[in-house]
Amino acid sequence: MSTTMNKSTVIGRRQVLKGAGLGALAVVGTGLTTSEAAATPEKAAKAISKFTGGKKATAGKVTVKLPEIAENGRTVPVTVSVDSPMTDADHVKSVILVAEGNPSPEVVSFTMAPGLGKAEVSTRMRLGKTQNVVAAAVMSDGSVYSGTKQVKVTIGGCGG
Amino acid sequence: MKKTSLIKQIVMFAGFGVLVAACAPKEEALKSGYDWAIPETQAMQDDDFSNPAFMWVDIGNDEWSKTDGEAGKSCADCHGADGSSMKGKSNMYPVYNKDDKKLRSIQDEVNNCRTNRMKAKAWKWESDQMLGMAAFIRTQSRDMPINVAVDGDAAPFFEAGKEFYETRRGGLDMACTHCHVDFPGVKIRANVLTNGLGNGFPTYRLKWQKIGSLHRRFRGCNKNIRAQPFKQGSDEYTNLELYLNHRAKGVMNESPSVRN
Amino acid sequence: MAKKPRVKVPKSAKKGEQIQIKTLISHKMETGTRKNKKTGKLIPRMIINTFSCSFNGKELLKATLHPSVAANPYFAFYAKATESGTFDFVWTDDAGKTVSASSKMTVA
Repeated sequence: MSTTMNKSTVIGRRQVLKGAGLGALAVVGTGLTTSEAAATPEKAAKAISKFTGGKKATAGKVTVKLPEIAENGRTVPVTVSVDSPMTDADHVKSVILVAEGNPSPEVVSFTMAPGLGKAEVSTRMRLGKTQNVVAAAVMSDGSVYSGTKQVKVTIGGCGG
Repeated sequence: MKKTSLIKQIVMFAGFGVLVAACAPKEEALKSGYDWAIPETQAMQDDDFSNPAFMWVDIGNDEWSKTDGEAGKSCADCHGADGSSMKGKSNMYPVYNKDDKKLRSIQDEVNNCRTNRMKAKAWKWESDQMLGMAAFIRTQSRDMPINVAVDGDAAPFFEAGKEFYETRRGGLDMACTHCHVDFPGVKIRANVLTNGLGNGFPTYRLKWQKIGSLHRRFRGCNKNIRAQPFKQGSDEYTNLELYLNHRAKGVMNESPSVRN
Repeated sequence: MAKKPRVKVPKSAKKGEQIQIKTLISHKMETGTRKNKKTGKLIPRMIINTFSCSFNGKELLKATLHPSVAANPYFAFYAKATESGTFDFVWTDDAGKTVSASSKMTVA
Protein backbone atom coordinates (compact mmCIF):
# COMPACT_ATOMS: atom_id res chain seq x y z
CA MET A 1 0.00 0.00 0.00
CA SER A 2 2.78 2.40 0.89
CA THR A 3 4.43 1.97 -2.48
CA THR A 4 1.72 2.67 -5.01
CA MET A 5 4.32 4.05 -7.42
CA ASN A 6 6.19 0.85 -7.97
CA LYS A 7 3.38 -1.46 -7.06
CA SER A 8 4.03 -3.70 -10.00
CA THR A 9 7.64 -4.30 -9.01
CA VAL A 10 6.64 -5.01 -5.44
CA ILE A 11 4.00 -7.47 -6.48
CA GLY A 12 6.38 -8.96 -8.94
CA ARG A 13 8.99 -9.56 -6.29
CA ARG A 14 6.43 -10.96 -3.90
CA GLN A 15 5.14 -13.29 -6.54
CA VAL A 16 8.62 -14.51 -7.23
CA LEU A 17 9.25 -15.06 -3.54
CA LYS A 18 5.94 -16.79 -3.06
CA GLY A 19 6.58 -18.99 -6.04
CA ALA A 20 10.05 -19.86 -4.82
CA GLY A 21 8.69 -20.60 -1.37
CA LEU A 22 6.06 -22.95 -2.66
CA GLY A 23 8.61 -24.60 -4.88
CA ALA A 24 10.87 -25.20 -1.93
CA LEU A 25 7.99 -26.58 0.07
CA ALA A 26 7.03 -28.89 -2.73
CA VAL A 27 10.57 -30.21 -2.95
CA VAL A 28 10.67 -30.80 0.79
CA GLY A 29 7.28 -32.43 0.60
CA THR A 30 8.23 -34.96 -2.04
CA GLY A 31 11.53 -35.55 -0.33
CA LEU A 32 9.68 -36.60 2.80
CA THR A 33 7.21 -38.85 1.09
CA THR A 34 9.78 -40.68 -0.96
CA SER A 35 12.34 -41.13 1.79
CA GLU A 36 9.85 -42.11 4.45
CA ALA A 37 7.50 -44.18 2.32
CA ALA A 38 9.39 -47.21 3.53
CA ALA A 39 8.31 -46.39 7.07
CA THR A 40 4.66 -46.14 7.94
CA PRO A 41 2.65 -43.13 6.69
CA GLU A 42 0.39 -45.61 4.88
CA LYS A 43 0.15 -47.80 7.94
CA ALA A 44 -0.64 -44.69 9.95
CA ALA A 45 -3.44 -43.79 7.56
CA LYS A 46 -4.71 -47.36 7.80
CA ALA A 47 -4.65 -47.25 11.60
CA ILE A 48 -6.70 -44.06 11.55
CA SER A 49 -9.12 -45.48 9.00
CA LYS A 50 -9.58 -48.58 11.15
CA PHE A 51 -10.23 -46.40 14.16
CA THR A 52 -12.80 -44.22 12.41
CA GLY A 53 -14.53 -47.13 10.74
CA GLY A 54 -13.35 -46.10 7.30
CA LYS A 55 -14.65 -42.57 7.55
CA LYS A 56 -12.31 -39.97 6.04
CA ALA A 57 -11.08 -37.18 8.24
CA THR A 58 -11.53 -33.50 7.47
CA ALA A 59 -8.53 -31.40 8.38
CA GLY A 60 -9.31 -29.06 11.26
CA LYS A 61 -10.61 -28.81 14.83
CA VAL A 62 -7.80 -31.05 16.06
CA THR A 63 -4.52 -29.61 17.32
CA VAL A 64 -1.39 -31.60 18.08
CA LYS A 65 1.10 -29.72 20.23
CA LEU A 66 4.71 -30.93 20.19
CA PRO A 67 8.10 -29.27 20.56
CA GLU A 68 9.53 -27.97 17.26
CA ILE A 69 12.65 -30.00 17.96
CA ALA A 70 12.46 -32.74 20.56
CA GLU A 71 15.53 -32.92 22.78
CA ASN A 72 15.28 -36.66 23.04
CA GLY A 73 12.94 -38.92 21.11
CA ARG A 74 12.48 -41.22 24.08
CA THR A 75 10.31 -38.81 26.04
CA VAL A 76 8.46 -36.14 24.09
CA PRO A 77 5.60 -34.19 25.68
CA VAL A 78 2.51 -34.08 23.45
CA THR A 79 -0.89 -32.46 23.84
CA VAL A 80 -3.93 -33.24 21.71
CA SER A 81 -6.88 -30.89 21.85
CA VAL A 82 -10.14 -30.89 19.92
CA ASP A 83 -12.34 -27.87 19.44
CA SER A 84 -15.64 -29.08 20.89
CA PRO A 85 -18.22 -27.78 23.40
CA MET A 86 -18.21 -31.24 25.08
CA THR A 87 -21.95 -31.23 25.76
CA ASP A 88 -24.19 -34.29 25.73
CA ALA A 89 -25.43 -33.26 22.29
CA ASP A 90 -22.11 -32.29 20.79
CA HIS A 91 -18.86 -33.82 21.99
CA VAL A 92 -15.76 -35.77 21.06
CA LYS A 93 -16.31 -39.50 21.33
CA SER A 94 -12.82 -40.74 20.67
CA VAL A 95 -9.36 -39.64 19.62
CA ILE A 96 -6.43 -41.55 18.17
CA LEU A 97 -2.84 -40.39 18.05
CA VAL A 98 -0.53 -41.94 15.48
CA ALA A 99 3.14 -41.47 14.64
CA GLU A 100 3.96 -41.91 10.96
CA GLY A 101 7.58 -42.87 11.43
CA ASN A 102 7.50 -45.18 14.44
CA PRO A 103 7.79 -48.98 14.15
CA SER A 104 4.06 -49.24 14.77
CA PRO A 105 1.93 -46.16 14.16
CA GLU A 106 -0.56 -46.27 17.05
CA VAL A 107 0.57 -44.28 20.07
CA VAL A 108 -2.53 -43.94 22.19
CA SER A 109 -6.27 -43.67 21.74
CA PHE A 110 -8.88 -42.17 24.01
CA THR A 111 -12.56 -42.66 24.65
CA MET A 112 -14.00 -39.43 25.96
CA ALA A 113 -17.16 -38.51 27.84
CA PRO A 114 -18.81 -35.07 27.82
CA GLY A 115 -18.07 -34.86 31.56
CA LEU A 116 -14.49 -33.91 30.70
CA GLY A 117 -15.80 -30.48 29.74
CA LYS A 118 -12.74 -29.92 27.58
CA ALA A 119 -11.30 -32.30 25.00
CA GLU A 120 -7.61 -31.95 25.76
CA VAL A 121 -5.16 -34.62 26.91
CA SER A 122 -1.42 -34.37 27.48
CA THR A 123 0.95 -37.30 27.63
CA ARG A 124 4.52 -38.20 26.67
CA MET A 125 5.45 -40.24 23.64
CA ARG A 126 8.38 -41.93 21.95
CA LEU A 127 9.55 -40.81 18.53
CA GLY A 128 11.99 -42.86 16.49
CA LYS A 129 12.90 -40.05 14.11
CA THR A 130 11.72 -36.78 12.58
CA GLN A 131 8.17 -37.38 11.45
CA ASN A 132 4.54 -36.30 11.35
CA VAL A 133 2.29 -36.99 14.31
CA VAL A 134 -1.39 -37.15 13.41
CA ALA A 135 -4.44 -37.06 15.66
CA ALA A 136 -7.95 -37.88 14.49
CA ALA A 137 -11.14 -37.27 16.46
CA VAL A 138 -14.52 -38.95 16.03
CA MET A 139 -17.32 -36.57 17.04
CA SER A 140 -20.69 -37.48 18.52
CA ASP A 141 -22.39 -36.77 15.17
CA GLY A 142 -20.06 -39.25 13.46
CA SER A 143 -17.91 -36.68 11.68
CA VAL A 144 -14.14 -37.12 11.78
CA TYR A 145 -11.52 -34.38 12.03
CA SER A 146 -7.76 -34.52 12.10
CA GLY A 147 -4.68 -32.44 12.78
CA THR A 148 -1.00 -32.99 12.05
CA LYS A 149 2.24 -31.70 13.50
CA GLN A 150 5.73 -32.34 12.28
CA VAL A 151 8.35 -32.85 14.96
CA LYS A 152 12.07 -32.93 14.44
CA VAL A 153 13.92 -35.47 16.51
CA THR A 154 17.59 -34.98 17.11
CA ILE A 155 19.62 -38.12 16.98
CA GLY A 156 23.21 -38.31 18.00
CA GLY A 157 25.41 -36.02 19.95
CA CYS A 158 27.00 -36.70 23.27
CA GLY A 159 23.95 -37.95 25.10
CA GLY A 160 26.13 -40.19 27.27
CA MET B 1 17.71 -4.62 2.82
CA LYS B 2 19.28 -8.01 2.95
CA LYS B 3 22.73 -6.56 2.55
CA THR B 4 22.40 -4.12 5.43
CA SER B 5 20.99 -6.72 7.75
CA LEU B 6 23.83 -9.03 6.87
CA ILE B 7 26.36 -6.30 7.59
CA LYS B 8 24.53 -5.57 10.82
CA GLN B 9 24.78 -9.17 11.73
CA ILE B 10 28.47 -9.27 10.97
CA VAL B 11 29.07 -6.14 13.04
CA MET B 12 26.99 -7.56 15.87
CA PHE B 13 28.78 -10.86 15.68
CA ALA B 14 32.17 -9.17 15.72
CA GLY B 15 31.02 -7.06 18.64
CA PHE B 16 29.86 -10.13 20.46
CA GLY B 17 33.20 -11.75 19.79
CA VAL B 18 35.02 -8.79 21.33
CA LEU B 19 32.66 -8.93 24.27
CA VAL B 20 33.30 -12.62 24.79
CA ALA B 21 37.02 -12.12 24.45
CA ALA B 22 36.95 -9.27 26.95
CA CYS B 23 35.07 -11.38 29.44
CA ALA B 24 36.99 -14.56 28.92
CA PRO B 25 39.69 -14.15 31.57
CA LYS B 26 37.11 -13.10 34.17
CA GLU B 27 35.15 -15.84 35.88
CA GLU B 28 31.52 -15.75 34.89
CA ALA B 29 28.78 -17.43 36.85
CA LEU B 30 28.10 -20.73 35.20
CA LYS B 31 24.66 -21.71 33.99
CA SER B 32 22.53 -24.60 35.10
CA GLY B 33 21.64 -27.25 32.55
CA TYR B 34 18.08 -25.98 32.98
CA ASP B 35 18.98 -22.80 31.14
CA TRP B 36 20.06 -24.71 28.05
CA ALA B 37 17.00 -26.95 27.93
CA ILE B 38 14.01 -26.46 25.62
CA PRO B 39 10.88 -24.92 27.23
CA GLU B 40 9.05 -28.28 27.19
CA THR B 41 11.79 -29.91 29.27
CA GLN B 42 11.91 -26.93 31.61
CA ALA B 43 8.13 -27.17 32.06
CA MET B 44 8.47 -30.81 33.05
CA GLN B 45 10.86 -29.80 35.83
CA ASP B 46 8.91 -26.70 36.89
CA ASP B 47 5.94 -28.71 38.06
CA ASP B 48 6.88 -31.18 40.79
CA PHE B 49 3.88 -33.25 39.89
CA SER B 50 4.69 -33.67 36.24
CA ASN B 51 8.38 -34.22 37.07
CA PRO B 52 8.69 -38.03 36.99
CA ALA B 53 11.75 -37.89 39.27
CA PHE B 54 9.36 -37.31 42.16
CA MET B 55 8.23 -40.91 41.92
CA TRP B 56 11.71 -41.73 43.23
CA VAL B 57 11.56 -38.94 45.82
CA ASP B 58 8.42 -40.75 47.03
CA ILE B 59 10.45 -43.97 47.30
CA GLY B 60 13.11 -42.12 49.31
CA ASN B 61 10.46 -40.58 51.53
CA ASP B 62 9.02 -44.03 52.28
CA GLU B 63 12.47 -45.51 52.95
CA TRP B 64 13.29 -42.65 55.31
CA SER B 65 10.91 -43.91 57.96
CA LYS B 66 11.25 -47.62 57.20
CA THR B 67 12.95 -49.69 59.90
CA ASP B 68 15.65 -51.86 58.38
CA GLY B 69 18.61 -53.93 59.60
CA GLU B 70 19.54 -55.68 62.82
CA ALA B 71 19.69 -52.48 64.85
CA GLY B 72 16.00 -51.96 64.19
CA LYS B 73 16.40 -48.35 63.17
CA SER B 74 15.18 -46.07 60.44
CA CYS B 75 16.65 -42.80 59.16
CA ALA B 76 13.82 -40.99 60.93
CA ASP B 77 14.90 -42.38 64.33
CA CYS B 78 18.09 -40.32 64.27
CA HIS B 79 17.38 -37.55 61.75
CA GLY B 80 13.75 -36.60 62.41
CA ALA B 81 10.48 -37.61 60.86
CA ASP B 82 10.32 -35.49 57.75
CA GLY B 83 13.84 -35.13 56.41
CA SER B 84 13.95 -31.38 57.02
CA SER B 85 17.06 -31.88 59.18
CA MET B 86 18.88 -32.43 55.90
CA LYS B 87 18.16 -28.90 54.73
CA GLY B 88 21.29 -27.25 53.34
CA LYS B 89 23.49 -30.24 54.10
CA SER B 90 23.52 -31.96 50.74
CA ASN B 91 24.78 -28.85 48.97
CA MET B 92 28.08 -29.24 50.87
CA TYR B 93 28.71 -32.74 49.51
CA PRO B 94 30.97 -34.49 48.80
CA VAL B 95 32.75 -33.76 52.11
CA TYR B 96 35.98 -35.02 53.63
CA ASN B 97 35.46 -37.73 56.25
CA LYS B 98 38.11 -38.28 58.92
CA ASP B 99 37.34 -41.98 59.42
CA ASP B 100 37.56 -42.81 55.72
CA LYS B 101 40.41 -40.33 55.11
CA LYS B 102 38.71 -39.44 51.84
CA LEU B 103 35.59 -37.85 50.43
CA ARG B 104 32.07 -39.08 51.06
CA SER B 105 29.27 -38.35 48.66
CA ILE B 106 25.66 -38.50 49.84
CA GLN B 107 25.37 -42.09 48.68
CA ASP B 108 28.44 -43.04 50.76
CA GLU B 109 26.89 -41.32 53.75
CA VAL B 110 23.61 -43.19 53.31
CA ASN B 111 25.38 -46.53 53.05
CA ASN B 112 27.57 -45.70 56.04
CA CYS B 113 24.42 -45.15 58.10
CA ARG B 114 22.87 -48.32 56.75
CA THR B 115 25.80 -50.63 57.40
CA ASN B 116 27.24 -49.11 60.60
CA ARG B 117 24.27 -47.69 62.45
CA MET B 118 21.31 -49.66 61.12
CA LYS B 119 23.26 -52.88 60.56
CA ALA B 120 21.42 -53.16 57.28
CA LYS B 121 22.61 -54.11 53.82
CA ALA B 122 24.24 -51.41 51.74
CA TRP B 123 22.24 -50.22 48.78
CA LYS B 124 23.60 -50.39 45.26
CA TRP B 125 24.52 -46.99 43.87
CA GLU B 126 22.03 -47.04 41.01
CA SER B 127 19.22 -48.88 42.82
CA ASP B 128 15.78 -47.30 43.06
CA GLN B 129 16.15 -47.03 46.85
CA MET B 130 19.51 -45.28 46.69
CA LEU B 131 18.46 -42.95 43.87
CA GLY B 132 15.23 -42.26 45.74
CA MET B 133 16.99 -41.58 49.03
CA ALA B 134 19.64 -39.38 47.38
CA ALA B 135 16.92 -37.42 45.56
CA PHE B 136 14.85 -37.14 48.75
CA ILE B 137 17.84 -35.80 50.71
CA ARG B 138 19.05 -33.53 47.93
CA THR B 139 15.63 -32.00 47.38
CA GLN B 140 15.57 -30.77 50.99
CA SER B 141 18.22 -28.25 49.91
CA ARG B 142 16.55 -27.28 46.68
CA ASP B 143 16.79 -23.62 45.60
CA MET B 144 19.79 -23.17 47.87
CA PRO B 145 23.24 -22.56 46.35
CA ILE B 146 25.75 -25.37 45.90
CA ASN B 147 28.42 -24.73 48.50
CA VAL B 148 31.29 -27.19 48.82
CA ALA B 149 34.51 -26.82 50.78
CA VAL B 150 37.62 -27.41 48.71
CA ASP B 151 40.25 -26.26 51.20
CA GLY B 152 41.82 -27.95 54.21
CA ASP B 153 41.46 -31.70 54.24
CA ALA B 154 39.41 -31.58 51.04
CA ALA B 155 42.17 -29.81 49.09
CA PRO B 156 44.06 -32.86 47.78
CA PHE B 157 40.80 -34.45 46.61
CA PHE B 158 39.79 -31.23 44.95
CA GLU B 159 43.14 -31.13 43.17
CA ALA B 160 42.69 -34.73 42.05
CA GLY B 161 39.22 -33.89 40.74
CA LYS B 162 40.57 -30.87 38.91
CA GLU B 163 43.31 -32.96 37.36
CA PHE B 164 40.77 -35.55 36.22
CA TYR B 165 38.70 -32.76 34.69
CA GLU B 166 41.63 -31.38 32.74
CA THR B 167 43.24 -34.66 31.67
CA ARG B 168 42.82 -35.92 28.14
CA ARG B 169 41.64 -39.51 27.97
CA GLY B 170 40.07 -42.11 25.72
CA GLY B 171 40.17 -42.78 22.01
CA LEU B 172 39.09 -39.23 21.29
CA ASP B 173 41.80 -37.88 23.58
CA MET B 174 39.49 -35.35 25.18
CA ALA B 175 39.29 -33.78 28.61
CA CYS B 176 36.09 -32.54 30.25
CA THR B 177 37.31 -28.99 29.59
CA HIS B 178 37.23 -29.42 25.83
CA CYS B 179 33.45 -29.50 25.83
CA HIS B 180 32.29 -27.93 29.06
CA VAL B 181 34.76 -25.07 29.41
CA ASP B 182 35.67 -24.30 25.80
CA PHE B 183 32.34 -24.77 24.05
CA PRO B 184 29.27 -24.42 26.26
CA GLY B 185 26.27 -23.39 24.17
CA VAL B 186 27.74 -24.91 21.02
CA LYS B 187 26.14 -27.92 19.43
CA ILE B 188 28.01 -31.20 19.36
CA ARG B 189 26.16 -32.95 16.56
CA ALA B 190 22.56 -32.57 17.74
CA ASN B 191 23.08 -31.80 21.43
CA VAL B 192 23.86 -28.48 23.05
CA LEU B 193 26.96 -28.54 25.23
CA THR B 194 26.43 -27.13 28.69
CA ASN B 195 28.66 -26.09 31.56
CA GLY B 196 28.27 -29.68 32.69
CA LEU B 197 27.24 -29.01 36.27
CA GLY B 198 25.83 -31.55 38.69
CA ASN B 199 23.42 -29.18 40.45
CA GLY B 200 20.32 -31.06 39.30
CA PHE B 201 21.39 -34.63 40.12
CA PRO B 202 20.01 -37.18 40.64
CA THR B 203 18.16 -36.18 37.50
CA TYR B 204 15.34 -37.64 35.46
CA ARG B 205 16.89 -38.00 32.04
CA LEU B 206 14.56 -38.18 29.06
CA LYS B 207 17.10 -40.49 27.46
CA TRP B 208 17.28 -42.86 30.43
CA GLN B 209 13.51 -42.65 30.95
CA LYS B 210 14.28 -42.80 34.63
CA ILE B 211 16.23 -41.08 37.36
CA GLY B 212 20.00 -41.55 37.46
CA SER B 213 23.08 -40.50 39.39
CA LEU B 214 25.75 -38.00 38.48
CA HIS B 215 28.29 -40.82 38.38
CA ARG B 216 26.14 -42.65 35.83
CA ARG B 217 26.32 -39.49 33.73
CA PHE B 218 30.12 -39.42 34.13
CA ARG B 219 30.23 -42.97 32.81
CA GLY B 220 28.23 -41.96 29.76
CA CYS B 221 30.56 -39.02 29.09
CA ASN B 222 33.62 -41.23 29.45
CA LYS B 223 32.19 -43.87 27.14
CA ASN B 224 31.43 -41.20 24.54
CA ILE B 225 35.04 -40.13 24.36
CA ARG B 226 35.87 -43.84 24.23
CA ALA B 227 37.57 -43.90 27.59
CA GLN B 228 37.23 -46.69 30.10
CA PRO B 229 34.54 -45.53 32.53
CA PHE B 230 35.08 -45.76 36.29
CA LYS B 231 32.62 -47.31 38.69
CA GLN B 232 29.84 -45.36 40.33
CA GLY B 233 31.13 -44.40 43.76
CA SER B 234 34.80 -44.72 42.73
CA ASP B 235 37.28 -42.28 44.23
CA GLU B 236 37.90 -40.84 40.77
CA TYR B 237 34.26 -39.92 40.25
CA THR B 238 33.76 -38.69 43.82
CA ASN B 239 36.73 -36.36 43.44
CA LEU B 240 35.35 -35.24 40.10
CA GLU B 241 31.97 -34.62 41.74
CA LEU B 242 33.68 -32.28 44.21
CA TYR B 243 35.39 -30.39 41.40
CA LEU B 244 32.10 -30.07 39.49
CA ASN B 245 30.34 -28.79 42.58
CA HIS B 246 33.12 -26.28 43.05
CA ARG B 247 32.46 -25.09 39.51
CA ALA B 248 28.77 -24.92 40.39
CA LYS B 249 29.39 -22.85 43.53
CA GLY B 250 26.53 -20.37 43.89
CA VAL B 251 24.36 -22.14 41.32
CA MET B 252 21.08 -23.35 42.81
CA ASN B 253 20.48 -26.97 43.63
CA GLU B 254 17.62 -28.17 41.41
CA SER B 255 17.48 -31.80 42.48
CA PRO B 256 15.73 -33.71 41.18
CA SER B 257 15.87 -31.99 37.80
CA VAL B 258 14.77 -33.07 34.33
CA ARG B 259 17.44 -33.18 31.63
CA ASN B 260 17.56 -34.46 28.08
CA MET C 1 4.39 -52.09 38.17
CA ALA C 2 4.71 -49.34 40.74
CA LYS C 3 2.87 -49.64 44.00
CA LYS C 4 2.04 -45.99 44.22
CA PRO C 5 0.82 -44.01 41.25
CA ARG C 6 0.77 -40.23 41.57
CA VAL C 7 -2.60 -38.56 41.13
CA LYS C 8 -3.38 -34.86 41.38
CA VAL C 9 -7.00 -33.78 41.73
CA PRO C 10 -8.13 -30.57 43.45
CA LYS C 11 -9.73 -31.26 46.86
CA SER C 12 -12.51 -28.81 46.19
CA ALA C 13 -13.99 -26.99 43.23
CA LYS C 14 -16.85 -24.68 42.35
CA LYS C 15 -19.79 -26.08 40.46
CA GLY C 16 -19.16 -25.78 36.74
CA GLU C 17 -15.44 -25.22 37.21
CA GLN C 18 -13.05 -26.83 34.75
CA ILE C 19 -10.55 -28.75 36.84
CA GLN C 20 -7.28 -30.35 35.73
CA ILE C 21 -6.28 -33.88 36.64
CA LYS C 22 -2.74 -35.22 36.38
CA THR C 23 -1.61 -38.80 36.77
CA LEU C 24 1.79 -40.43 36.68
CA ILE C 25 2.76 -44.05 37.17
CA SER C 26 6.15 -45.71 37.17
CA HIS C 27 6.47 -48.29 34.40
CA LYS C 28 9.23 -49.25 31.95
CA MET C 29 6.84 -49.61 29.01
CA GLU C 30 8.96 -52.35 27.46
CA THR C 31 8.26 -52.18 23.73
CA GLY C 32 8.92 -55.81 22.82
CA THR C 33 11.31 -54.75 20.05
CA ARG C 34 14.41 -54.31 22.20
CA LYS C 35 17.04 -56.99 22.45
CA ASN C 36 18.92 -58.07 25.52
CA LYS C 37 22.46 -56.86 24.81
CA LYS C 38 24.07 -59.94 26.34
CA THR C 39 21.88 -62.75 25.06
CA GLY C 40 20.63 -61.16 21.83
CA LYS C 41 17.13 -62.32 22.67
CA LEU C 42 14.09 -60.09 22.32
CA ILE C 43 12.84 -58.67 25.60
CA PRO C 44 9.13 -59.49 25.70
CA ARG C 45 6.65 -56.65 25.47
CA MET C 46 5.33 -55.46 28.81
CA ILE C 47 3.41 -52.22 28.83
CA ILE C 48 0.50 -50.61 30.58
CA ASN C 49 -2.14 -51.04 27.89
CA THR C 50 -5.12 -49.37 29.51
CA PHE C 51 -5.74 -46.42 31.76
CA SER C 52 -9.13 -45.20 32.82
CA CYS C 53 -10.60 -42.45 34.95
CA SER C 54 -14.17 -42.47 36.18
CA PHE C 55 -16.14 -40.14 38.39
CA ASN C 56 -18.80 -41.56 40.70
CA GLY C 57 -18.70 -44.78 38.71
CA LYS C 58 -19.11 -43.14 35.32
CA GLU C 59 -16.23 -43.38 32.89
CA LEU C 60 -14.78 -40.02 31.86
CA LEU C 61 -11.67 -41.01 29.97
CA LYS C 62 -10.27 -44.30 28.80
CA ALA C 63 -6.88 -44.58 27.17
CA THR C 64 -5.53 -47.49 25.15
CA LEU C 65 -1.76 -47.35 25.23
CA HIS C 66 0.75 -48.72 22.72
CA PRO C 67 4.54 -49.14 23.02
CA SER C 68 5.04 -45.62 21.61
CA VAL C 69 3.92 -44.14 24.92
CA ALA C 70 7.03 -43.13 26.88
CA ALA C 71 8.10 -44.90 30.06
CA ASN C 72 6.35 -43.80 33.25
CA PRO C 73 3.05 -42.90 31.54
CA TYR C 74 1.78 -39.43 32.31
CA PHE C 75 -1.69 -38.12 31.56
CA ALA C 76 -3.06 -34.65 32.15
CA PHE C 77 -6.67 -33.89 31.26
CA TYR C 78 -9.73 -31.93 32.36
CA ALA C 79 -13.05 -32.58 34.03
CA LYS C 80 -16.04 -30.39 34.69
CA ALA C 81 -16.97 -30.16 38.38
CA THR C 82 -20.66 -30.95 38.71
CA GLU C 83 -21.08 -32.61 42.09
CA SER C 84 -19.01 -33.91 44.99
CA GLY C 85 -17.66 -37.38 44.51
CA THR C 86 -14.75 -39.70 43.87
CA PHE C 87 -12.45 -40.08 40.93
CA ASP C 88 -11.23 -43.64 40.35
CA PHE C 89 -8.13 -44.37 38.32
CA VAL C 90 -7.12 -47.80 37.04
CA TRP C 91 -3.99 -48.88 35.16
CA THR C 92 -3.76 -52.35 33.59
CA ASP C 93 -0.63 -53.95 32.15
CA ASP C 94 -0.01 -56.75 29.63
CA ALA C 95 0.16 -59.32 32.44
CA GLY C 96 -3.34 -58.31 33.50
CA LYS C 97 -2.10 -56.71 36.69
CA THR C 98 -4.00 -53.64 37.78
CA VAL C 99 -3.12 -50.72 40.00
CA SER C 100 -5.76 -48.31 41.15
CA ALA C 101 -6.04 -45.03 42.96
CA SER C 102 -8.90 -42.81 43.98
CA SER C 103 -9.31 -39.21 44.94
CA LYS C 104 -12.21 -37.30 46.49
CA MET C 105 -13.37 -33.87 45.44
CA THR C 106 -15.92 -31.62 47.14
CA VAL C 107 -17.99 -29.39 44.90
CA ALA C 108 -19.59 -26.34 46.46
